[in-house]
Amino acid sequence: MTTIIVLLVFAMFLGGIFTGGYTSRYVKRMEESSIWGWITTVDHKRIGILYLISGGFFFAVGGLEALLIRIQLMFPNAKFLVGDEYNQILSMHGTTMIFLVAMPLLFALMNAVVPLQIGARDVAFPFLNALGFWMYFAGALLLNISWLFGGAPDAGWTSYASLALPDYSPGPGVNYYVLGLQISGIGTLMSGINFLVTIINMRAPGMSYLRLPMFTWATFVTSALILFAFPPLTAGLFMMMFDRLFGSNFFSVTGGGNVIIWEHIFWIFGHPEVYILVLPAFGVFSDVLSNFSKKRIFGYHSMVFALVLIGFLGFMVWLHHMFTVGLGDVANSVFAIATMAISVPTGIKVFNWLFTMWGGRLRFTTAMLYASGFIVTFVMGGVTGIMLAVPPADFQFHDSYFVVAHFHYVILGGTVFGILAGVYYWWPKMFGSLLNEKLGKWNFWTFFLGMHLTFFPQHFLGLFGMPRRVFTWSPGYRLELGNYLSTIGAFLMLIGVIFMVINVLLTLTKGAPAESDPWDGRTLEWTISSPPPEYNFAQLPLVRGVDAWWLEKMEGNEKMTPSEPLGAIHMPNASHLPFVMAVGLFISGFGFVFQTSEVGAIGLIVVIATLFIRSFQEDHGHHIEPLELSEKGVNH
Amino acid sequence: MQIEEKPGTVAGIPAEPEKATLEGQNKVLGFWLFLGAETTLFATLFGAYLSLKGANMGGPTQAELFKMPLVATSTLILLVSSLTSVLAITAMRNNQVTRMLGWFLFTILLGAAFLALEIYEFTEYVHEGHTFTGSAFGSSFYLLLGTHGCHVLFGFFWILSLMIQGRRKGITVHTAPKFYVASLYWHFVDLVWVFIFTVVYLAGMMT
Repeated sequence: MTTIIVLLVFAMFLGGIFTGGYTSRYVKRMEESSIWGWITTVDHKRIGILYLISGGFFFAVGGLEALLIRIQLMFPNAKFLVGDEYNQILSMHGTTMIFLVAMPLLFALMNAVVPLQIGARDVAFPFLNALGFWMYFAGALLLNISWLFGGAPDAGWTSYASLALPDYSPGPGVNYYVLGLQISGIGTLMSGINFLVTIINMRAPGMSYLRLPMFTWATFVTSALILFAFPPLTAGLFMMMFDRLFGSNFFSVTGGGNVIIWEHIFWIFGHPEVYILVLPAFGVFSDVLSNFSKKRIFGYHSMVFALVLIGFLGFMVWLHHMFTVGLGDVANSVFAIATMAISVPTGIKVFNWLFTMWGGRLRFTTAMLYASGFIVTFVMGGVTGIMLAVPPADFQFHDSYFVVAHFHYVILGGTVFGILAGVYYWWPKMFGSLLNEKLGKWNFWTFFLGMHLTFFPQHFLGLFGMPRRVFTWSPGYRLELGNYLSTIGAFLMLIGVIFMVINVLLTLTKGAPAESDPWDGRTLEWTISSPPPEYNFAQLPLVRGVDAWWLEKMEGNEKMTPSEPLGAIHMPNASHLPFVMAVGLFISGFGFVFQTSEVGAIGLIVVIATLFIRSFQEDHGHHIEPLELSEKGVNH
Repeated sequence: MQIEEKPGTVAGIPAEPEKATLEGQNKVLGFWLFLGAETTLFATLFGAYLSLKGANMGGPTQAELFKMPLVATSTLILLVSSLTSVLAITAMRNNQVTRMLGWFLFTILLGAAFLALEIYEFTEYVHEGHTFTGSAFGSSFYLLLGTHGCHVLFGFFWILSLMIQGRRKGITVHTAPKFYVASLYWHFVDLVWVFIFTVVYLAGMMT
């Protein structure tokens, strides 16, 4: 109870500071402040920016955790971070990077770009979109305040039982993991449903499925994966929560439970999750490579087919994370073959990217550099993936640094390069100014070389027998050079990130304004101003083929053919309820972390009350009239 | 260019009022997708139950616990409530507010009766030593049935609040999608119960 009062007072205190003290007009001033505008926004473009800011912040947090890990592992028998401190840093590094960095940054790009690419004025559920963001943010905050109150999760990002059960992980650490991920996971599910409905129902006239840009297709398949992968995580986290907080016996062997069930549930979620991370990056690269090769993407249909097939097979391979559990030769063989089968559609994609570049008029902007660097890096990660897919070999590689090297090659080389390419590519559309290309190239080369210097030696560390997750290593096993180089590489990546930060700060303060189509683009987002007006398209465009905008350019048209006369545009109203709901969930989660069910219940009551308030609200949005449009300089 | 044809009207409202606006179409499609997600949630709970149902740790077994007449009554009640929610939607499409509200009232009263029986059943089980914390069988049993029961409870209050809105605002293109997705939800919860009845109770009696 005291916690809530402290939090409420704190919130009002902050509110007072930002708006200039309490008077009778306090609430009014609050509503007029720009922070309130951001809190209540339901505009997909602004929500995209919110995702970008928070994802970027947690990228810094997770990156610092990675540096601390590498400092500890630089020399043998180091005493920098020992035992449980190291376990917490390691667990939070993985959890943060997957759930609080990679996914929100991808959502940032999806929110900023997908409605524009399909010629829509908004997403299908603007309110739900805002709610998804605030729930992610509440969960992320809950996970990270564990550093201040009671200690961070320390059972690894996979949080396997029995290690994660109270016997071996006493204290609130894993409770933060369970509840933080629960809250942000449900937010992610909402965003997934939102994008599916947006892409199915909100496409502009003529934008058939096989004319969708590749990034939109990737978002579509990713959202479908989210739809079916996150509910098992929800169920699994509930079981873990009940085992930890209320004494149930799902995973506790003494009560008849079974620890393997958690592994199954986690990886039934976890393996689709890695495709949730990498497919949007595939989409970014397809668009970037096609744009900067001045060619239509090679084999559009096979690219779409490969995306869908990867998404489907992604659900059929979770057992390859569990080869050493001992589920039998038949199970291992079936899942090994399914795993290797995924390399076929992935191979299709890699060759199509190469064929897109082949004979194209290549422009090596920073986005294109990241895309080219991705192809090399991801193929290396893919090859080690095939090695890991062979069960007898996997018995040797399992839980060694070889695995660490493999998944950092695919996640950094795939997802993070994809995010960076997307940020450089779509920055003008999101913020109306171009990032500096010279600093961008410094950023790329330091980050790219740093990444390889960090993780390439780790393959050999793994083969020489260095186990993952262990806080130290002994001299005399040929691990010295690899670990030393790896840490140097991590600092080189830090330099790369600093270049990026400088670039962003310079661009935000004195960047030159970007035109609507700075890259000579091919898709619909480049037909409207940078940044776009809140209604995106004054008139919905008529789409006539793949690369709709390029098609019009080739026919000498200077703008898209409109598919409707200029008319009143329906817009959703801003709402503070998503934020209130997220605050309620945060309070509730915080209460349950410390097993004070009263506080947990109060938070849930806030959530349920908000749900009913929303249900009874008459909120039909507002209209922007054609007259207002022409005042803003839209041509009829 | 004619993009959409004007839908026909029945009794003063569009033929399918829940899908007459883009907002309504979005809601219905989004809700179907949400039910897809719920399916995998319940599938996970079923999976956990199936692998843990033997671990009763010396407590009562399924065959000793389950009382078929009680469960069969619950099943019947819930299935009838599905039927009444269909009748409510039929009334909605004919723009008969009172009739729709009446059938929805029937629906949630049946839902309440189901919950009452379930609570009675669970207290009996606890007396017989079958508890949430007693064994993995108990944990997985109560999590699966409890999640389903919470869905019924939520549906009860949801439809109740929609009935209040129906009385105030009548059937419009704005309220119709709400009634429609609530009935979809109710059907889904019933469908889950059919699986619980088969997988938990009937299969439990066979062992």
